[in-house]
Amino acid sequence: MLNDLTDAERKALAQCRHAVLGADRPLRLDCGVDLGPYRVAYQTYGELNADRSNAVLICHALTGDQFVADRNPVTGKPGWWESIVGPGKILDPARYFIICTNVLGGCLGTTGPLDTDPKAGQPWNLRFPVVTIGDMVRAQVALIDHLGIPDLFCVIGGSMGGMQVLEWTASHPKRVFSAVPIACAARHSAQNIAFHEVGRQAIMADPEWKGGDYRLHQTMPSRGLAVARMTAHITYLSEQALQRKFGRALQDRNALGFGFDADFQVESYLRYQGSTFVDRFDANSYLYITRAMDYFDLAGAHGGVLANAFKGSATRFCLMSFTSDWLFPTRESRAVVHALNAAAANVSFVEVDSDKGHDAFLLDEPEMFRTLSGFLKGAASVRGLGGLS
Amino acid sequence: MSTPIRVDLQLIADMVEPGTRALDVGCGDGSLLAYLMNFKRVDARGMELSQAGVNACVANGLSVIQGDADTDLRDYPDDAFDYVILSQTLQATREPRQVLEQMLRVGKHAIVSFPNFAHWQVRLRLVFGGRMPETTSLPYKWYDTPNIHLCSIDDFRALCRTMGVRIERAIVLNNKSRRITLPPLLANLIGEQAVFMLRRD
Repeated sequence: MLNDLTDAERKALAQCRHAVLGADRPLRLDCGVDLGPYRVAYQTYGELNADRSNAVLICHALTGDQFVADRNPVTGKPGWWESIVGPGKILDPARYFIICTNVLGGCLGTTGPLDTDPKAGQPWNLRFPVVTIGDMVRAQVALIDHLGIPDLFCVIGGSMGGMQVLEWTASHPKRVFSAVPIACAARHSAQNIAFHEVGRQAIMADPEWKGGDYRLHQTMPSRGLAVARMTAHITYLSEQALQRKFGRALQDRNALGFGFDADFQVESYLRYQGSTFVDRFDANSYLYITRAMDYFDLAGAHGGVLANAFKGSATRFCLMSFTSDWLFPTRESRAVVHALNAAAANVSFVEVDSDKGHDAFLLDEPEMFRTLSGFLKGAASVRGLGGLS
Repeated sequence: MSTPIRVDLQLIADMVEPGTRALDVGCGDGSLLAYLMNFKRVDARGMELSQAGVNACVANGLSVIQGDADTDLRDYPDDAFDYVILSQTLQATREPRQVLEQMLRVGKHAIVSFPNFAHWQVRLRLVFGGRMPETTSLPYKWYDTPNIHLCSIDDFRALCRTMGVRIERAIVLNNKSRRITLPPLLANLIGEQAVFMLRRD
C-alpha cells in the first residue's frame, strides 16, 4: 500500500506511524461502499499507562493533520496545537497518551482520493467514495481497537475536529470518558455549505483540475485551490480582526495602482495564504473533506431530535465557543448544550470572549486554556488518573 | 477546600443526601457545587447567568453552563435530579411560580433560600423611614436592585399551599445568620432569611 505515494505523503509517513486496517473486515462507509484495506496515518505523544486509561484522541480540523505538536514534515512549521500539547502544557505527554490521526479522505498519509484503488490499479481521484464525519470516526475507532485501547479518557477537537468529537460521543458513548468539542456545530449550516460550494466550484473551474485526474495529466489546479482557500480563510477570521490587522492599508505602494494587482495589504495577505496552501494540500482531498462537513447532521441521524444522540450518555462534556466566530457561532454550541441538558448529560459550556473569529481555537486564548485545564483536571480526578493534583 | 461556605449554603448542603444528583441554579462562584462534590460525593451541576461566573466555575473543574432560571430549566427532562437548588435567586426571577414548578418537575426535591421581606428591619424602614428598605440581605437601591419579586416567609408558604407543594423542611435565620425556632407569625417578623425544602405532593 505504500507504492504510488505523493511526496507529501511519503514525507508524512516517514515522520509518523501508520496502520493498514480492514484487510479482513473492510470499513462499511455511509455511502454503502466497503473500503478495505485502508491506511490510517497517526502521530502519538507519551505512553499508554498500565490501566490503558490515559488515552486522548485529538481530532484535527478541515486542513489540519496529525502533526499536532511536532514539526510538520511538509511545511517545516511547528505543530498546529503546540500551545496545548507538549511537555508542561495542558495535554502533557508525561501524563497522557495522545493520538491524532490524519482523517479518512485526507492527503497526509491516511487513505484518500490520492491513493491507488487496489481494484482498478490507478489513483482513486474522484472515484474515491464520498466519506462522512461518521466514516472518519469509524476509521479512528478501528485504529483505537488496533492499539488495544478500550476507551478514551478524552476526545477533543475544534471545528471539523469538534464534529468528530460529537460523532464519537453519539456513536460510541461508552468509549468516551470526556469530550471537548470546540467552535463547532451538530450540523453544517446553509451558509457554511454555501461557502464550501464556492471553494469546490473554484477548484473544479480550474482547467488544470481535469475532472480530478490532474496527476494523470501532470497538471495542478493550484489557482482553483488557492481561491478556495482564500474564501475559506475569510470565514476563519472576524471582521474586527481583519479591520484591525489591515484596514485599508496599501501593499508596497503609496497610492492606488488603478489596476488589479494587490493594492491592499488584505489582498496580498489572502494571496499569500492561498499560494502557501497549495504547497501542502491536495485539491481532491479538499473536495472530499468539505463534503464530509456539509453532510454532517447529528440530529438528522437521530430521528431529527438532537437530544436522542446523547440519550443515556455518561460522558463529561465541555463545549467552548468564541464570541466573534461567525462560522460556528455560539448559538450552534448552545443548541448542543440544550440537547445535552435534555438528555441530562454532564455538560459545561464556556463562551470565550475573543475578536479573533473562528481561528481563535488555534491561537493563544488564555480563557480557553484555563477552561480546558480546569475541565481536564476535574475529569482526570474522577477518572482516577494519578499525578494530577 | 476547607474554607467555610456561606451559612445559608451550608444549611442547603446539609439537606442534600450524599451520593445524589443536584442542580444548583444560579450557582455563582460554584462554592456550593464544590462543597457538594468534595464532601458529599454529589453529582453536582450548575447553571449561572453571568458568563464570567460560568468560566470561573469550569476553570475550577465544576460542571456549569450559562443559563437563565426563567427559561432554561425547561430543557431538562422530568426527575433529572434529586435536588434542584435555588439560593437567593427566586426574588430575581421574572416568573417565580413557573420557576418553582420547573424545579419541582426536574428535581424530586426543590431547595429554595430567599430574604424575608417582612423582617422587622424592613418593616421599620418602610413604615417609619418612609424609604425603600436597605438591609444586609437587601443591599440595593430601589433603582438598581435585581430583586423584582420579593416576598415574605408567609407569602412563600401561601404560594406553596396554592401550588399544592409539600414543605418538607423550613429553616429561618435571624440577622446574625443564626437558626431560630419560633411560631410562624414571629418567624415572619424575626427571620431575615429562610431556606425551604419542597416536594411535589
